[in-house]
Amino acid sequence: MSRNAASAQQVLTFKLAGEEYGLGILAVQEIRGWSAVTTIPHAPEWVLGVMDLRGVTVPVIDLRRRFELEPAQFGPATVVIVIRVPSGEQERTLGLVVDAVSEVYDLAASDCHSLPDLGSAAASELVQGLAQREGKTLILLDVARLAMSVVH
Amino acid sequence: MTLDLAQFHETFFEEGFEALGSMETALLKLSAGEPDAELINTIFRVAHSIKGGSATFGFADVAAFTHTLETLLDQLRSGQRHVHSNIVDVLLRSVDVLREMLSSTQRKQPVASAFTAGLHAQLQAIVKSSADGGASAPPVAAAIAVAAGSPAAAGEPAVPGWHIRLIPGPLMMEHGNDPLRMLRELASLGTLVTRVDAGKVPTLAELDPEECVLSWQMELRSDAERAAIDQIFEWAEGECTLSIEPMSPVVSTQAAASNAAPAPAGTATAPAASAAAVTAAAAAAAPDAPVTPAVASRAAAAAKLPSAPEAVRSAASEGGSIRVSIEKIDELLNSVGELVITQSVCSQLAALLEGRQADELRNALVQFERHMRSLQESVMRVRMLPIASIFNRFPRMIRDLGQRLGKKVELKMSGDQTELDKTVLEKIGDPLVHLVRNAVDHGIEMPDQRRAAGKDEQGKISLHAYHKGGNVIVEVSDDGAGLQRDKILAKARERGLVGADEELPDDKILNLIFAPGFSTVEVLSDVSGRGVGMDVVRRNINQIGGHVQLHSTPGKGSTVRIRLPLTLAILDGQLARVGREIYIVPIVSIVETIQIKRDQINSLAGKAELFRLRDEYIPIIRLYELFGIQADNTDLLNGLLMIVEADGKRVGLFVDELLSQQQVVIKSLETNFRQVTALAGATMLGDGRVALILDIPGVIVRYMDQPCRAEPAKEAA
Repeated sequence: MSRNAASAQQVLTFKLAGEEYGLGILAVQEIRGWSAVTTIPHAPEWVLGVMDLRGVTVPVIDLRRRFELEPAQFGPATVVIVIRVPSGEQERTLGLVVDAVSEVYDLAASDCHSLPDLGSAAASELVQGLAQREGKTLILLDVARLAMSVVH
Repeated sequence: MTLDLAQFHETFFEEGFEALGSMETALLKLSAGEPDAELINTIFRVAHSIKGGSATFGFADVAAFTHTLETLLDQLRSGQRHVHSNIVDVLLRSVDVLREMLSSTQRKQPVASAFTAGLHAQLQAIVKSSADGGASAPPVAAAIAVAAGSPAAAGEPAVPGWHIRLIPGPLMMEHGNDPLRMLRELASLGTLVTRVDAGKVPTLAELDPEECVLSWQMELRSDAERAAIDQIFEWAEGECTLSIEPMSPVVSTQAAASNAAPAPAGTATAPAASAAAVTAAAAAAAPDAPVTPAVASRAAAAAKLPSAPEAVRSAASEGGSIRVSIEKIDELLNSVGELVITQSVCSQLAALLEGRQADELRNALVQFERHMRSLQESVMRVRMLPIASIFNRFPRMIRDLGQRLGKKVELKMSGDQTELDKTVLEKIGDPLVHLVRNAVDHGIEMPDQRRAAGKDEQGKISLHAYHKGGNVIVEVSDDGAGLQRDKILAKARERGLVGADEELPDDKILNLIFAPGFSTVEVLSDVSGRGVGMDVVRRNINQIGGHVQLHSTPGKGSTVRIRLPLTLAILDGQLARVGREIYIVPIVSIVETIQIKRDQINSLAGKAELFRLRDEYIPIIRLYELFGIQADNTDLLNGLLMIVEADGKRVGLFVDELLSQQQVVIKSLETNFRQVTALAGATMLGDGRVALILDIPGVIVRYMDQPCRAEPAKEAA
């Protein structure tokens, strides 16, 4: 079950409105600086638009808005994490706009904890679990569910 | 090391299905009354290769079935049994059964034995019965009768004809007079039976490849004039011994029969179309001289070419092809698309440079662009396939449908070599099947009705494909009853699509049949008329950027005209700017672009805006409003209005500025995102930005769906 605490893995962490999030490093394709995107009419407001990634149109998602956080001004430090996630029968490529990329951690299964039941609050359906690391709490992102929410 | 046969299964199935297709085509030709040994051979080869393959891979059911089929075909081939229409029916059904068997086996499901066993038993019964019935006819004579379509066997009155004897002189070939060409031309005049005399073929050591050592005796059944035959040999006069004599019909049929008896040594008697037989005969003709393969095959070719133009044509069109997976081609296409974009980036950068060398660079880049374009076109062409792959299924379908409905239908097809992108082809198959089925079921009347209407009992359906202005047009027409406007209108009123007193112009009435669930047929047949139909046809065709038009004349018939894009991957687009965004409008949709004058704007209840174009009112769609973005101009007088058309509706798109026109490579938005109404996809511009491609029907739908917007054109008209 995807909601269970993740087993031993490497995660890339990033900052978002003062909190630290992590996602499985195997899903990460590359990290790019922010550049202008083309707006898609009638898309959800957290879809900033699409960008060209070597000939492929890739939707760019503002994670702050996705989590209903205060939107930030995009600056030189703003980065886009490009991830590739299996979704349905194919792989989808997405760009995630985050405040800043921070570390890569090895997480043991014992570091990870499942999320308490929060009901429908706090977009918890996109969170796989929590992890403790060097006294900090990491929020582990469920990238597959994130991708699903983009496609549908 | 064990060989894993499973890896070959796919190829076997793929080739099997293809081969069944050609078997079907050949059977249909047989049924049309052209018995021809080459056709029977084709059918036999298919059965034989499927039998071999299935036995190798252990598909016992298929192997057993094809074995029986092969036995029957062998009887046909050797002439023990004549080609009858009921045999053709059984063979056609065998094709269906085999197809079913192959596809169940492919899906690793058991073959539905009840389905196959009946036909298998029937085949076995025919095979047995023929052993008694066909024994009386001498096998070789029958083979010749089948091969040449000889009237003697069929018992029909004989056609006048000519005896021709051709003995090429030693210099004939050297002077460029190829006997093959002459035989081929003779064959085009009528039915040609050739007997090759290979008695003078020397041993290999003595053989001069420049010299023609074969000679021919021919019977040409044709009402051609002597002059027409003379003309064929005109150039060879004096270089060969030639005799041309008219033959009396009675004598000639006897001659055909007597010549069918065991051939005397030295003169090989062979059905003209049977290459194998000629090869064997050539070998037999010179028993003590080693006949080289070259001579044998030349003899074979000599006999085969003239009377089997069909076979030659198919051989030529098959000429060297390879099987490549579609992904590889798409990958290639993608890379080329990228190169095109990179090249345009380079050109843009070069435009900024100055100096003599910059000029040279720019010249080089112009050449680069030209080569890029031709590369792109070649790659696109790889994906193009002739529409014949779809047309080919119709002769069979119409034959079956006609039989089932008791109608007489003749099918005419033209332009089946017109090429379309594979994706387009895949998508139009079902709509076309639907249209053709409709034409047979609803269009063509029963024979007695046709007679009463003073028409030929046999209805005509024609399929016609051709190029027109960068598009491919496919027309399906019938000479049936045409659409009954009053019936359609009554049905539409019944379903509440049209108000009770509302009158509609003719073309609007015809368009009603594209409404979802619309059907005027009172009795539902199992062929069509369930009301799922024309709306799906239109939707499928619209989805691939095509358009459907319908014309119908009562009593004369109907024509459905489908306009299709050549390809789905590249589009001719007009770039238009709205604020910071650049949109691409497919050029095929654009009618014209106009600068708006104040007196041309009408507003409707303060909600909708209409533009008066000559005597037509056209809704104005402010793109920035529809898409919720910022534009430079909100005053209609400062921008431009692009009049676009889709599904017979016209609207005006209000944009800030028109930029260049260019070919763009369409990238799907769905791959990583989702389908968006009003957008057909995206493309990369030269500067690396992504531009969205508008889907005009979608834009109109979205505009109509907006709250507080009725369809304004109706009220204004």
